[in-house]
Amino acid sequence: MIGLSLAYLKDRGLNTALNILLLALSVASLVILLLFSSQLENRFDKDAQGIDMVVGAKGSPLQLILSSVYHVDIPTGNVPLDTVELLRRQLGVAEAIPLALGDSFRSFRIVGTEPAYPALLGASLADGRMFASKMEAVVGADVAARTGANLGQRFVGGHGMSSGDEGPKHEETPFIVVGRLKPTGTVIDRLILTRVESVWGVHGIADPGEDHHEGESEEAHAEHAGADVTAVLVRFGSPIAAVRLPGFINRQTNLQAAVPAVEVSRLLALVGVGLDAVRAFAVLLMLTAGLSIFVALLTALKEREGDMAMLRVIGASRAAIIGQVASEGLILASAGAALGLLLGHGVIGMAAASIEQLRALGLNALTFHPGEALIVAAALGIGLIAALIPALRVLKTDIAETLANAR
Amino acid sequence: MSSPDTLTHSKTAQGPLVEARGLSHVRDGRTVMAIGDWQLKPGAHALLLGPSGSGKTTFINIVTGLLTPSHGTISVAGEVMSALPPAARDALRRCTIGLVFQTLRLIPALSVTDNLALAQQLALGHVDRAAIAGMIDRVGLSHRAAARPRQLSQGEGQRAAIARALITRPRLVVADEPTSALDDANAARMIDLMFDVADATGATLLVATHDGRIAHRFANRLNLMAPVAA
Repeated sequence: MIGLSLAYLKDRGLNTALNILLLALSVASLVILLLFSSQLENRFDKDAQGIDMVVGAKGSPLQLILSSVYHVDIPTGNVPLDTVELLRRQLGVAEAIPLALGDSFRSFRIVGTEPAYPALLGASLADGRMFASKMEAVVGADVAARTGANLGQRFVGGHGMSSGDEGPKHEETPFIVVGRLKPTGTVIDRLILTRVESVWGVHGIADPGEDHHEGESEEAHAEHAGADVTAVLVRFGSPIAAVRLPGFINRQTNLQAAVPAVEVSRLLALVGVGLDAVRAFAVLLMLTAGLSIFVALLTALKEREGDMAMLRVIGASRAAIIGQVASEGLILASAGAALGLLLGHGVIGMAAASIEQLRALGLNALTFHPGEALIVAAALGIGLIAALIPALRVLKTDIAETLANAR
Repeated sequence: MSSPDTLTHSKTAQGPLVEARGLSHVRDGRTVMAIGDWQLKPGAHALLLGPSGSGKTTFINIVTGLLTPSHGTISVAGEVMSALPPAARDALRRCTIGLVFQTLRLIPALSVTDNLALAQQLALGHVDRAAIAGMIDRVGLSHRAAARPRQLSQGEGQRAAIARALITRPRLVVADEPTSALDDANAARMIDLMFDVADATGATLLVATHDGRIAHRFANRLNLMAPVAA
């Protein structure tokens, strides 16, 4: 009877194709939303692991978090270098890690920091060693894969956060690759890490720790001007600090403290409204697809009343005929769900390949979410229900009368 | 427990294949078919002749177990149709009777071959491709085996419908108005074909028609009158 169902579906090919496409579009929409939101949330969680607070220049707290934790926005400004020491001295602060941003290599950000930063995100070396001296760099796994960076190779950074091969370069101050990190599935895969002093050096700013003496001349002091950092990532050692410090910094200083968890949940709430609207539309689309299958099968069965009566005459039981009609709905739904899954993952893959920001967020087409099983189950359920309602009409069909009318 | 098929073989080894006793049917207060007593021997060719509305289709529905008569009984292969539970009635029809309709009722989504295969699968539980090819060849449709019903001429369609009715090797072939849409020559060819194939497979033939052109081909005739008041 499955063969008969396939023959009937093939016989009205255009109708079948349109119903499959309609269902596939709804499944694809839901899959895209699910993958996008879950991978976004997952990425947000992983990238912010261990970072309880970010301190930076006054401005938008969300911008500060996006630029310093997720590396997808421009920073709010710089803060004085002594902010790092100031924070480290605070009671309840377990770790304060400086970040100095401003340059990039082939769109990968160069981050001036300390070895504690990759350690915080759970990164370990695949080969080579951690940066130790000025102009030494360690590259993330994606950077290594995409640029082909090998140990000992030199490269020149460009000015700006996302400079490609164009734009001004710091030709006179090349970096040397001394280590490559293992993949972590976090933002660090896409970063080039070096000492903060390297970033200063590239921009012609002297390291204040190197030749800072009591009573130095104004000229020497001017050389150290600009020896700032972009932000400081803070990990608390006690919950009291989490309650006290952000408010204190925001009220009492010229700095801004932002808490990743708060800003991300605010961002997701904002994005969530839009996602909910699209999700509602996709559910509506799925119901429409179900209705379309229902109408198609109802119409087809009306035309096939004589066929069904004949099938009964030549030996098909009522259950077999109901099963045959139900299988038509299930085949449509299965094909729609399979195509929808393919389409959904395909769109995610194409989006990640063509939109830099989405790739930076770690969007991955090959990741499956358990929720997709629910979407497929819903599509199959809708297909089955849409088929069963007209199929149950078989129970009411008077074979003799139907055949008599058809003769 | 015996299957209806094996049961009927033992019961009808010597007796009639179809037997009506006091058979009549009333619908909406009107007697739409009245036959009384009648028998059809195994291997015979019988004609049920009567004008439109005389109850031919009602009789066929009763013979095939699709309708329960108001009065009397009909036995097929020794089994009283109305006394059988629905599943057993379905099984008896599936295994014993092949039906041919004027409007053919071939499944339009399937090829000629697949129509026969479906009938075989439903009746016998398996598909015998060689037997199907042989039957299609016997009705002269080998060159149209892969065609869909809508691609066949009326005559080709009739032959395909006969082939489908006979592929399960039924003991009784019931044809309802098989020639009414055909011209004289094709009507004669159709009857020849049904006789040939029924004889070759040993099937008993019951043809219901109002088509007087074919009446002379049957020795066993049952004439039905126009409807009478109850």
